[in-house]
Amino acid sequence: MYITRRVEFSASHVCAIPAYTEAENRAIYGPAANPRGHGHNYILEVTLSGDPDPATGMVFDLKRLKDVLNETVVEPMDHRFLNYEVPPFDHVVPTTENLALEVWKRLQPKFESGRARLHNVRVYETEDLYVDYSGS
Amino acid sequence: MSITRGPEMLRLTRRYRFCAAHRLHSSALSESENRELYGKCNNPHGHGHDYLLEITVAGPLEARTGKLVNVSHLDRLVETSILNKLDHRDLNSEVPEFEALMPTSENLALVIGRRLNDSWPACFGAEGLSLDNVRLHETGRNRFDLKP
Repeated sequence: MYITRRVEFSASHVCAIPAYTEAENRAIYGPAANPRGHGHNYILEVTLSGDPDPATGMVFDLKRLKDVLNETVVEPMDHRFLNYEVPPFDHVVPTTENLALEVWKRLQPKFESGRARLHNVRVYETEDLYVDYSGS
Repeated sequence: MSITRGPEMLRLTRRYRFCAAHRLHSSALSESENRELYGKCNNPHGHGHDYLLEITVAGPLEARTGKLVNVSHLDRLVETSILNKLDHRDLNSEVPEFEALMPTSENLALVIGRRLNDSWPACFGAEGLSLDNVRLHETGRNRFDLKP
């Protein structure tokens, strides 16, 4: 069974490779390369897999999942400038793809034991663009 | 510049919208049989939908840029091969595939998948990216998924 929790956070970022010129970065990232930055209302959907505990009827307590997501992702990233305030985005380009990988990296250790496993991370940059990562 | 892709496999989904008219009617069936089979969708003057299309690309991340796919290239492909051909059109009379094919959403998803598959190798084949899924929402209450 899969269970999914959705949270939101808003953050700003610049998509640019520091060693490249502004023109080179604009060719790769388009308007997202604007050095002053811009922001998104990100939506994160985290899916866990597992069988319900016969005693509780739950795969994982969704209240606890919300707390885990708040501690590991929302609190550190909400209303932050990712490049300046949220490692590793001081040296990793904060594309939506890299954001999904980073969220996976932060969450995966929390679900190594117990009956729930991290199954998928989905990050919506906008309503019309999202990235899924299910581990390697 | 050569493209180096990392071990991480990701999927990126982009949503597009188009509006089109259609009528579900089989010339092999009587008027009443058509009415019985297709219901309101058989209305002689046709009707339309605001279709929502979700295209999913899968592949390994490009290490240098942190991107899976250049979204503007994907947009261009979908605009050229799908949206420009279907948006604000009558599917039955203006889209060649539907001359001999019922424009149900199942068949529309198949047509979209086929068109994208045809152009895919030229656009993204060299980058090792695959067309992972085509999802077509006919309305907010029904949708159709196709693994091309």
